[in-house]
Amino acid sequence: MAAPRHITVSETSRPMLPRHARLKFDETRKVWVILAPERVLAPDEIAVEVLQLCDGVRSVATMADALAAKYAAPRGAILTDVIAMLQDLADKGFLTEAREKTE
Amino acid sequence: MSELADHRATEARESFSVLERQKSVAETHGIPVAVLLELTHRCPLQCPYCSNPIELDRGSSELTTDEWKKVLTELAEIGVLQVHFSGGEPTARKDLVELVRHANDAGLYTNLITSAVLLPRDRLAALADAGLCHVQISFQGNEPIVADRVAGLKDSHRRKIEVAKWTRELDLPLTVNAVMHRQNLHQLADIIQMAVDLDADRLEVANVQYYGWALKNRAALMPTLQQIEETSRLVEEARERLKGTLTIDYVVPDYYALRPKKCMGGWGRQFFNISPAGKVLPCHAAESITGLEFESVRSNHSIAWIWQNSDAFNRYRGTAWMKEPCRSCEFREIDLGGCRCQAFALTGDAGNTDPACTLSPLHEAVFKQAELEAASEENRFLYRNFAGGTPEGGDHGA
Repeated sequence: MAAPRHITVSETSRPMLPRHARLKFDETRKVWVILAPERVLAPDEIAVEVLQLCDGVRSVATMADALAAKYAAPRGAILTDVIAMLQDLADKGFLTEAREKTE
Repeated sequence: MSELADHRATEARESFSVLERQKSVAETHGIPVAVLLELTHRCPLQCPYCSNPIELDRGSSELTTDEWKKVLTELAEIGVLQVHFSGGEPTARKDLVELVRHANDAGLYTNLITSAVLLPRDRLAALADAGLCHVQISFQGNEPIVADRVAGLKDSHRRKIEVAKWTRELDLPLTVNAVMHRQNLHQLADIIQMAVDLDADRLEVANVQYYGWALKNRAALMPTLQQIEETSRLVEEARERLKGTLTIDYVVPDYYALRPKKCMGGWGRQFFNISPAGKVLPCHAAESITGLEFESVRSNHSIAWIWQNSDAFNRYRGTAWMKEPCRSCEFREIDLGGCRCQAFALTGDAGNTDPACTLSPLHEAVFKQAELEAASEENRFLYRNFAGGTPEGGDHGA
C-alpha cells in the first residue's frame, strides 16, 4: 500500500518530492525552500534546478541529458553529481518515486 | 570545466542547508519560518506534563474563526512558511478544517499536532482535502494500560492507533510524538517498533521538560540517570538501524545535561507562538515568567511589530541582558544561557543562568534533587485540567 520508504537513486529512477515536502519560492527571503515537517531546507541553485525536474515522470537519465545540454558539460560528471545530490535528499526522507499504477 | 561543476567547486556548502540555522545567523531577528498556533487549551486528555500554562485560556477567550484567519493571512504575508496547529487539542475547534484550508490557500505549509482522540475518519479526510500537509500524533505509551493512565482518558490509546492508521491510508505523512518519563521509558523499544509498524515517517522521542504542569509532577516523572543512558543507547541503535525509514528526533532531559539547551533556538530569534487568546509569545511556557507583558494580535500592533519591538521579545534577546556567569562565558552565543522559563522556575529570576548548566551555582542542587526524585516512590500524577489540577486516585482515568 504505502510506497517503499527508502529509495536508491539510479539513472532509471523517476524521483519526486513526497507529499510532505514542498518546493516553494520564499518571496520574503528570495530563496527557494523545501518545506517539510519541523524542517525548512534551503537548497542551493543547482539543487533547485534538479528538483524542478523531479516530477515523478522524468528519469534521472533524462535530467542529466537536459542539464548536460544546457551547461555544455560532460554528461557523466553531471549524472554523478545529480545522483549524489538526490540520494542525499532521499536519505534525509525528502525524496520518493512515483508509485506504479496498480489498477 | 562545466558551469555546474565550477559551481560545485566554489560552493563548499551543503546542497541543502537548514534554513532556521542559516537565517538565525544571517538576520538578527528575521521573521521565523515556522510558528506554533495554540488554537485552544481545551483538551480531553489530562497529561501531567502538559506544555500548556497552569492558567489555561478559557474557551470564551479564544480567538474567533475570523481572527485566526486574519492571523494566518498576516503570517503568510510577513514571511512565515509553516504553521503548526496545536493546543490543547486543535480538533476541539469546530472550524479547524476551515482554518487549514485558509492557511493552505495563503501558501502556508500546515501541520496538525493532535492527541487524535476526537478525530473521526471523515474529518481527517476533510482536513487532507483542505490541504493539510502533515499529522503529528502524541502517544503516551505503546499499550493502553500505561498510555491511558498517563493521558487520564480511557480508550485513548486504541483511538490514537486507529487515527494513525487512517492518516497513512489517506497518504498523509505521520510523526509519532512520544513524551518520555520515568513511568514509560521502559516501553521505548516497543514505542520505536510501534512507530515503524504504523508506517510513521518520523518519531520524536521527547523527554519531558520540567515547566508548568510537568514541574508540579516532577517527582512522578523524573527519570533515573540509568534510564537516560539506556534511552540514549536505544535511540542511537534505532537511528542507525532505521536510517532512511524512520527519522528519530531525540530531546534529552536537561536536568542530566552538562550544558543547557539553546532553548527555542534563542529567545526571540527563531520562534514565536500564538496563544488561544491571541497573545504572541516567545515560547509556549513564557507566560509562566511573571513581570513580562505580552502583546496580543487583538492589539493595534501588527505581528511583525510585536516580534521586532515588543518588550517581551527584546527583554532576553541576544546576550546584553546576561549576568555572570553567562556574561563572560565562552559558550554564551552557543546556548544563550539556556532556558529563560526554567531559570525563572528554579531561581525566581529569568535573567539568571539556567540551572541545567554546570556553571550555574544551583546546578549541583538541581541535579541532586532530580536524583532524589527519580529514586522516590512518588508515582501519583496531578492531572492537568482547568481546575488547577486533580490528584490521581479519583474516578477518572484508566
